[in-house]
Amino acid sequence: MITLNVNGKDHQLDIDPDMPLLYALRNHLQLNGAKYGCGLGQCGACTVMVGDKPVFSCLLPAEAASGKAVRTVEGLGSAEKPGTLQKAFIEQQAAQCGYCIAGMIMRAQALIEEVANPSDEQIREHMAPNLCRCGTHLRIFSAIKAVIASGVKP
Amino acid sequence: MKRKSLWALSLIALIGLAVCAAMMWRPSIAPLDKPAMADAASVERGARVVEQGDCAVCHTRPGGAYMAGGLPLVTPFGTLYTTNITPDRETGIGAWPLEAFVRAMRKGVSRDGHFLYPAFPYVHYSRMSDTDIADAYAYLMSVDPVQAHAPENHMMFPMNFRPLVSFWNLLFLRNDPLVDVPGQSAMWNRGRYLVEGAGHCSSCHTPLNFIGGEKASEHLAGGLVDGWHAPALTGMAQAANPWSAQQLVAYLRGEVADHHGGAAGPMLPVSLSIAQLPEEDAQAMADYILSLRGAGAKAGPDCAASTSAVPDNAAGAALFVGACAGCHGGGAPMRTIDGRPGLGVVSAATADTPRNLIKTLLEGIPMSPRAPSHYMPAFADSLDDSHIAALAGYLRSQACAAQPWADLEKTVTTIRQEGASK
Repeated sequence: MITLNVNGKDHQLDIDPDMPLLYALRNHLQLNGAKYGCGLGQCGACTVMVGDKPVFSCLLPAEAASGKAVRTVEGLGSAEKPGTLQKAFIEQQAAQCGYCIAGMIMRAQALIEEVANPSDEQIREHMAPNLCRCGTHLRIFSAIKAVIASGVKP
Repeated sequence: MKRKSLWALSLIALIGLAVCAAMMWRPSIAPLDKPAMADAASVERGARVVEQGDCAVCHTRPGGAYMAGGLPLVTPFGTLYTTNITPDRETGIGAWPLEAFVRAMRKGVSRDGHFLYPAFPYVHYSRMSDTDIADAYAYLMSVDPVQAHAPENHMMFPMNFRPLVSFWNLLFLRNDPLVDVPGQSAMWNRGRYLVEGAGHCSSCHTPLNFIGGEKASEHLAGGLVDGWHAPALTGMAQAANPWSAQQLVAYLRGEVADHHGGAAGPMLPVSLSIAQLPEEDAQAMADYILSLRGAGAKAGPDCAASTSAVPDNAAGAALFVGACAGCHGGGAPMRTIDGRPGLGVVSAATADTPRNLIKTLLEGIPMSPRAPSHYMPAFADSLDDSHIAALAGYLRSQACAAQPWADLEKTVTTIRQEGASK
């Protein structure tokens, strides 16, 4: 049995210790925000937060995440009550197909929590590991900037 | 009598002071009135020389303008920032005549007469030919001028007093331009010229003494740079996991070499620089390097020795499956379509020290806009020291079961702390 703490709640899961966290989240906890993109840590669609860091959940064995605080996009808000970053992404219409967005939001969340007032260069560098095939990077960037400018801590 | 000896002493002291002052003083060279013009052929040859010398690796900071400097170099004596070598007149070398450039490359002295720190490898560049230095100058004078002041250096006392470098030079700067060794092939001589001259390989691959000079008796016997082990370049052909010329050429050119892996850490940008050069340059370098015999140097552990007990490492095996197998597992498509190595054979796993394997696991291998390099994600933020240690132990047991690495978790913790304190 492996214990995962996700969005503040403990879950006991009967899974293999080598199962990537992403599969545990999606297939066993029905948290389908994080997506399977490449499975190689090259695209960032699977990004979630572990502790205060953004990580590729497709490359993190569930056992290595056990005992740590895992946070997914579902923990930031819901369709009815979106969180600060989620709201900004909607306002900027940052999603085209939407596949990368949950990962983008979680990576941005980690930056905003860690750095008080990140520069444009810092935002670009921090977000570089996450790719958007539709090419909405500029809108994603605007959404992140809007949250930083608002001064609201998501 | 007493008075006489006092006079003599004063005289000796005065002469001593005069000698010191003469040693520590260099004249300024008059700036150019108008920008230097060079012929196109020299500029083109110079582009190749500048890649051979890896100039941009240090003189371009990540995200910064080409050759405009500003990259911090952390040394045991403080932090230096690389200078702007674009032809900007005010902040770069735009006002430098060729004569000043040659003096900097051969003697480590700036145009205005101040001593440059030996992090700038003039002890090696001094071995280059006059033509190559003139061509490098022509090329650098042709790049886009960028106005950018280097941030101020933070060197510790007494090394913040630049004239002291003159005494360092007295000890370590004695390299005349290289002359071909008769009886050796043209290719070998060319390789030696590139490795010992512009390539300045020994800046990283030779251990340094306590004042930052290379230990001449251990030339190319391996060093430590930015927390990475720069392996010995001697005895590579005789090592337990030997290098062929073909493998070394591939490695030098930023590709993944069979049975060894790809460049990572500080070697990655160097290999991407060499990848821009005609293949014959890498072939010559490999020819020379593989001719170097280790003077009693260890040829690496004998990983082929049979062992009955492969330690049980279920945790490491599980981590491998979950974190690595997607690219490095036996059946992974990345193995066949994109050259990811099986980890049972790579140099990082068969080396004496676990340092480079741990560094690669922690930091990964960054993407490069310059070449389709062998990207690997970093695991520093997702795996603990105990996980990294278990994974490294597992990979070692696959590659070299006969000689497990000791104290892995402690080593991981140490390496992480080194990285954090920078």
